[in-house]
Amino acid sequence: MAKNSNLKEIASQVRRDIVRMVNMASSGHPGGSLSSTDVLVTLFFQEMDHSPAKWRRDGKGSDMFFLSAGHMTPVYYSVLARSGYFPLEELNTFRKLGSRLQGHPSVERGLPGVHVASGSLGQGLSVAGGAAMAKKMNKEQHFVYALIGDGESEEGQIWEAALFAAHHKLDNLIAFTDWNGQQIDGPVEKILNLGNLKAKWEAFGWECNVVDGHNLDEISNSIKSAKTGNGKPKMLLMDTSMGKGVDFMEGTHHWHGKAPNGEQTEKALSQLTETLGDF
Amino acid sequence: MKEKFTNTGNKDTRSGFGAGLLELGKKREDVVALCADLTGSLKMDAFEKEFPERFIQCGIAEANMMGTAAGLALSGKVPFAGSFAEFATGRVYDQVRQAIAYSETNVKICASHAGITLGEDGATHQTMEDIGLMRMLPGFTVINPCDYNQTKAATMAIADHHGPVYLRFGRPSVPNFTPEDAPFEIGKAITLKEGTQVTIFATGHMVWEAIEATDTLEKEGISVELVNIHTIKPIDKKAVIESAAKTKAVVTAEEHLIAGGMGELIAGLLGREMPVPVEIVAVDDMFGQSGTPSQLMQEYGLTAQSIVKSVHKVLKRKL
Repeated sequence: MAKNSNLKEIASQVRRDIVRMVNMASSGHPGGSLSSTDVLVTLFFQEMDHSPAKWRRDGKGSDMFFLSAGHMTPVYYSVLARSGYFPLEELNTFRKLGSRLQGHPSVERGLPGVHVASGSLGQGLSVAGGAAMAKKMNKEQHFVYALIGDGESEEGQIWEAALFAAHHKLDNLIAFTDWNGQQIDGPVEKILNLGNLKAKWEAFGWECNVVDGHNLDEISNSIKSAKTGNGKPKMLLMDTSMGKGVDFMEGTHHWHGKAPNGEQTEKALSQLTETLGDF
Repeated sequence: MKEKFTNTGNKDTRSGFGAGLLELGKKREDVVALCADLTGSLKMDAFEKEFPERFIQCGIAEANMMGTAAGLALSGKVPFAGSFAEFATGRVYDQVRQAIAYSETNVKICASHAGITLGEDGATHQTMEDIGLMRMLPGFTVINPCDYNQTKAATMAIADHHGPVYLRFGRPSVPNFTPEDAPFEIGKAITLKEGTQVTIFATGHMVWEAIEATDTLEKEGISVELVNIHTIKPIDKKAVIESAAKTKAVVTAEEHLIAGGMGELIAGLLGREMPVPVEIVAVDDMFGQSGTPSQLMQEYGLTAQSIVKSVHKVLKRKL
């Protein structure tokens, strides 16, 4: 398991990967990838019990992770590759014809680390709930993690899944909301206001906490304290900034699904230290 | 003809599903069942009672049920997710497409009250589009058995098939005539009667209508070949092409819209491989309405008489 100083270095490298992948593909979603980087790095390099050697699509013997906000593939693929699930060079094929690294996660080409296709929003939490239920049925102690977006939480199915997980006491389900406050068309509160998100999750029967989503210690502690069998599923609302780490992408919806050009990429990379070597 | 197929007593196909599911539960630990507040209607209550720890009540939240089923399937369970056909297809088409079809998860979608014979609830609940929707999804197997015994056998057979399956059955009591012990082979058409002048390909509730039609036609001196297409996808291409090559005239019969249905599928296949005249007995581009199942079958032309008429028509078109 990585130490926190290492996590910081990994996060910086993952952010470089995100910017470079999206630039090379001339498409993709850098904003949400950058905002959820610190959460995913903490999860994959410290808190989650997993390893590429133990990888099975059915998740037996490991914790499982589901990316419901499937457009965040840049951060997902970078974290998977740097965890050793597939060769780092494969990041070069992101969004290219024939690649296992499809624009949104898929399983048909057998990419290790991916359990289900996602990206049609609102669906991943249901699938994670099913996986969590299977672990309960099998009397397996491992946890199931899921990441959803705040904009994604406008989907009704999220709240169906919320009812279901609480009703069936899936306390092995730990979900994160990348609460960056932005979606494609603008700020979430202007598009379709979610109101008091914490109160909503609590009213749906979940244990819910707000976490500084860019503070690695706080993220780590919040996950540790969520790993309790108190009969409730857990929602960690990650207070984040879209585009985090690249000044001109930060806090705006403009970089939700837009690739930086060459010059912008150079500018972005100058703000992100190369710590582990670019792919 | 009908003497060959004894109706051992009318039964609903959904009860065949319920009986098959219960037996599966006894045979296989990995079989789990999900339902969206229609347990009694789908006859899943026997399974629920016998295996409460493997029955998952999802409430009226079908989208979540399909996602949950996908999560269970990818974790190694064999989930049977049940609802009315309309709510198991149209309502959740994207969920089924993403998490089940495209994700290649081993989910069995069990759809009751399919077609117009759902009856009095009316068009909001009657789907005649489901075969079309489900057969468009790459990799999906689509099965529409004809009676209680065949539905029970199909329910058990799909557990042994790895991959997503759409199993379609119905509400009304209909003749139960296939042998109780007949094995169910996915993708294998069953020739109920051989003949030389015309082939009737029928599926689901229309198979019994086709048996009655065949009786009438044989009395008129027409030699009919009758084939039960219980698996619509993958269709038994060999059986369809060989029979059409022999009789050179085809009538299809199904409780579904023409658009996307079995008739279009067979007409398309024969158009490419073995062009012969085809007449389709199905519903043409309209919604249903309230009524009893038999009234509705009459009203929308899903009867033995319609099949007989279509045979007469296709024989006139025969070169």
